[in-house]
This record gives sequence, structure tokens and C-alpha cells, in this order.
Amino acid sequence: MPRNERITVPLWRIAHARAGDKGDVLNVGVFARQPRFFSVLVEQVTEERIAALFAHRRPRAVRRHLLPKIEALNLVLEGVLEGGVNRALGLDAHGKTLSCLVLSLPVEVPADLLGQTSAERTPTA
Amino acid sequence: MSEGRPSADLFLLGCGAGFSGDRTDAALPVAEHLARAGAPAAVVFEVLAERTLALAELSRRSGGVGFEPRLRAYLEPVLGLCLQRGIRVIGNFGAADPEGAARVVAQMACVSGWPGARIAVVEGDDLLADEAGRALLARHAPEAFAAGGPVAAHAYLGAGPLVEALRAGADVVVTGRVADPSLFLAPLVHAFGWSEDAWDALAAGALAGHLLECAAQVTGGYFADPGMLDVPDLHAVGFPVAEVTREGHITVTKPPGTGGRVDRDTVRQQLLYEVHDPAAYVTPDVVLDLTQVEVRESGPDRVEVTGARGRPRPDRLKVLVCHEGDWLGEGEITYAGPNALARARLALDVLRRRLPAGVRARFDLLACSAVFAAEDGSLPGLPGLVPDDPPEVRARLAVSAPTRALAQAAVDEVLALYTCGPAAGGGVRTSVRMRVHTREAFVPREAVRTRVRVVEARHAAE
Repeated sequence: MPRNERITVPLWRIAHARAGDKGDVLNVGVFARQPRFFSVLVEQVTEERIAALFAHRRPRAVRRHLLPKIEALNLVLEGVLEGGVNRALGLDAHGKTLSCLVLSLPVEVPADLLGQTSAERTPTA
Repeated sequence: MSEGRPSADLFLLGCGAGFSGDRTDAALPVAEHLARAGAPAAVVFEVLAERTLALAELSRRSGGVGFEPRLRAYLEPVLGLCLQRGIRVIGNFGAADPEGAARVVAQMACVSGWPGARIAVVEGDDLLADEAGRALLARHAPEAFAAGGPVAAHAYLGAGPLVEALRAGADVVVTGRVADPSLFLAPLVHAFGWSEDAWDALAAGALAGHLLECAAQVTGGYFADPGMLDVPDLHAVGFPVAEVTREGHITVTKPPGTGGRVDRDTVRQQLLYEVHDPAAYVTPDVVLDLTQVEVRESGPDRVEVTGARGRPRPDRLKVLVCHEGDWLGEGEITYAGPNALARARLALDVLRRRLPAGVRARFDLLACSAVFAAEDGSLPGLPGLVPDDPPEVRARLAVSAPTRALAQAAVDEVLALYTCGPAAGGGVRTSVRMRVHTREAFVPREAVRTRVRVVEARHAAE
């Protein structure tokens, strides 16, 4: 494959995440699995793309905070928890699982940057 | 007891519980680790979620207990050891009845041979407890008294009254609502004598509390993703310990021999948990700036956290006001095998047509992206979220109703699917429960009067 080819993968391949809720506000911390992936997060996990990913839940606001010292983003989405844990009718009223919706976001990663992530290591029997 | 420990430049914080439903066998390895380490130490139990206090208040009113119902289960394994070794015990397990919780703790101390143990009760968070509190709430949040009035209204106290209790020699500090990080900050302020405006030191202490307050969430709990993030012995995950220096240097670790992991990844995840603006994480004691925090592995299961910066504390305290809310009704039924998805959809169609008037409803196909979907069923624009032919599907109805009867009538329709719905539905489960609604208010901090009482166990156990 050409050296600079970009491969589309779910964000999950290069980052992990944890969601937290306060009222109707969801925050998702997104953490680069390796420092070299942080630039991809900055470039592609934008407020616009996160707003589009959550468009079906009609966010009032989407903000992104950068934390370069820990190679992380903090995403703050207002109004996506259907009123929050005391009003929502969904099975996961806290929105705990929504960190994995964020990790479903497709991102393009240069092939040489992707290298070998732990999921690609040969499993040991 | 506590006099046996010299003041030092190092203090050890252990977390005994991170929420009301937490494990009760995890605090003992933490307390044993603190006892072995020998430095001044405290073990902290954080068991109050936002709604927990209102539920405790409703329990108290209907003749049940108003404090943490598992208080004994949490404390029994560790109380004797902590009293013997001078490890302070701090917990918000007082919930809506700190006095009642303190009586139980005092009885337990007497039974384990420590009638001289000093038990402190911190009060003042409950704004409905007296006229002054109610008037304060009415002045700053008049809407709290609309529509039936509040079930509970508690201010998030800071570390101040807890420090006062420790200075008075408390071995155990029982509180109601206190901001989670403040429970952990208090023993540090007491041990190191940090002043009320030592903002960077206070920030480091609040950060240690923030990292520990959800217990296993910083030691490998709520973290494992097999193949990507593996966690050894998750079934026996150890609860965290933080070693904090007088200068505010934090090392997060866990007791040896326990499961879990402490590394840069587990600590980074918890660092941003429930944080909005990382430059301004507000606690009653200090406004915390996390943007320059560095996280560095310094050994196996040891992570150093430095760089917390603090700004002056807020002038107002947050108050959580709770009201009796709606009735939530839920019902589920499973369809399996050939054409399962079509039968589940037909079941939801039947439920939709028979829904009583006056309820808000949601219809889900579990196994088909129910948790990502919006309330109206719409999905994110990603491919592959709904499988064509799932081997089994669980149809779910959830309703919000103004009365129990109406919620029950709606979920009874799920039960009726046994004989009146599509073929071969099974495994119906239904539930109806009242919910508590919450709202935030803010009051001037100096208007919230806190009270601290310290009593010997032998006198408090009556």
C-alpha cells in the first residue's frame, strides 16, 4: 500500500473514552491511545462532526476543550440526554453508553501512523 | 487513638466506596494498606448521588431510615481497624439523617471495643430543616416552592465544617450533602494546615478527591475493553489510595494484591469524568484548573499527578432541590428466531395503538441501537446500527405518567401481549416507580450555617 494512504477506521481504534452526565449535559472525555494519535483527534473530532453525529438528539450546544498535556479532548454536549436521568425514558438514561457512539465516529488515519494497535496483535492462545 | 499519629509531610487518602451501590468488601484492603503504610491517613466513603438524598428523605418519611441503608455493611469490616490505627473515617453516609447514622456508628464503635471513639456530625446542608434555611431558599429560588414544594433541598457544603470536626478530634465524621472532592480535601487541610486561600494546594487536594471519589473508576473499573484495554482480576478490583504531599504532589495507587490497574489511561479517564470546562471545575473550596495537569507513570500501579492550579472559591454554594416527579412505567418482552424483528415491531405497534391518553411514551427495539436512539426512535447517521435479521429482539415500552395508575395501565399492555400480541413473545418484565425531579439553585455561602457536634461513642449510642 502507498505510504501515505489514509485508512478509515472507527475512532475507537485510536482513542478510548468515558461519558459523564450532569442534568441534561453529557460530557465525553476522549483519550488518544498513543500520543501520535492526538493530532488526528484535534483535526477530525471537531465540534461540527460531533454535532452531526448527535443531530438526532438535537443538541443545544456542542463544545470541545483541548487538553494537550494528556492528549485528550473533552466534549460537552448540552440537551442530548432527553432531560437527564430523572426525565429521560431511554434504557440508559445517564447516557453512559454514548461514549461508544463517539468512538463509532469514522476517522481517517494515515496508514503509517496507525501502525499496529493492540487489537491487531496476534492473539496468544 | 488519633493522637498516636505524628504530623508529617505525607498523607494517605483511601476510598472506601464511590456510590451508594458500591462493593462492601473493597474498603478492607484499603484500610489494611493505610495501616501498613503508617503515615497519617483517612478512608473516605462517598455514597450520595444527586437523587440519593431525596430518595433517603422519602424513605425517612415513610418510616424507613434516612441514612445510607448499607452503612453497617460498609463500616463493619473496617471501623475497628481504623479506630485502632488512628485512620480517620469520613463519609456522607448520613444522607438525610446524619444524626441517625452517627448513632449507628457509635453503637458499632462500642461493640468493637472503642466506646471513647469521637463521632462528629456535620449538619447545615439541609435547608428545609429550619425556618432560616427555608427562608433562604425562598429568597434565592422561589420556584422551588411551586407545585407541592420540595421534597429535599441540600446545599453542597465544602471542606470547612469537616476540618472543624477533625480539629475537634473526630475519629469518624458523618455528613449529609458535601461536595464529593471536599470529603477528601478536608483531612488534607487538617493535616497540612493549608490556609483558606492556598488555592494551588487546595486545588491539588480537590483533584485528589476528584480522582478518588468514584472509587474503582480510577483503578480499572468501568474501563475494560477486551483486546484493547485489558484489566487483570477485574472481579477483585482494588479501590484507590492517593499519597498526597504537603506541596500537593499526588500519587494514585491501589492496595497490593488487589485486581485492577492504575496507569496513565485509567487516571486520564477519571480526570475528565463529569467535567465540563476543564479550566474551571467548580468546588465549594476552590475553582480547579485542570488544563496544565500532567499524568505520569512512576512505577507498577503508581501514577503521579501534578500541575493542578486553583482560583478563588465561589461566593455561592450550589443547592440541589428535589421534587416528587412523574411515574415511570417500563415493560419488556422478547421475540426470537425466524422473523423476530417483525414480530417485535408488531408488538410495539399494538402498544402504540393501545397507549392510554395523557402519557409520554418511548418504544425501543433492544438489540437494535436502543441506547443510541433519540426518544422518537431516530438513529445517528451511521451504517449497520439495525441488523436485518437479529436472532432475538426485546421490545420495550417506557412511559412517563402523572399518576401511578396511568403508568400501570400502560405497562399492563405489555403483559397482555402474552395472549393478545404477536406469536411467541416471552420473558415479560414490568415495573412502575416514582421519580424524583431535581433542579439547581445557588445561595450565598455565608448564609448557610453549618453545625459540627463531636460526641464520644458511649454518649452518642443511646
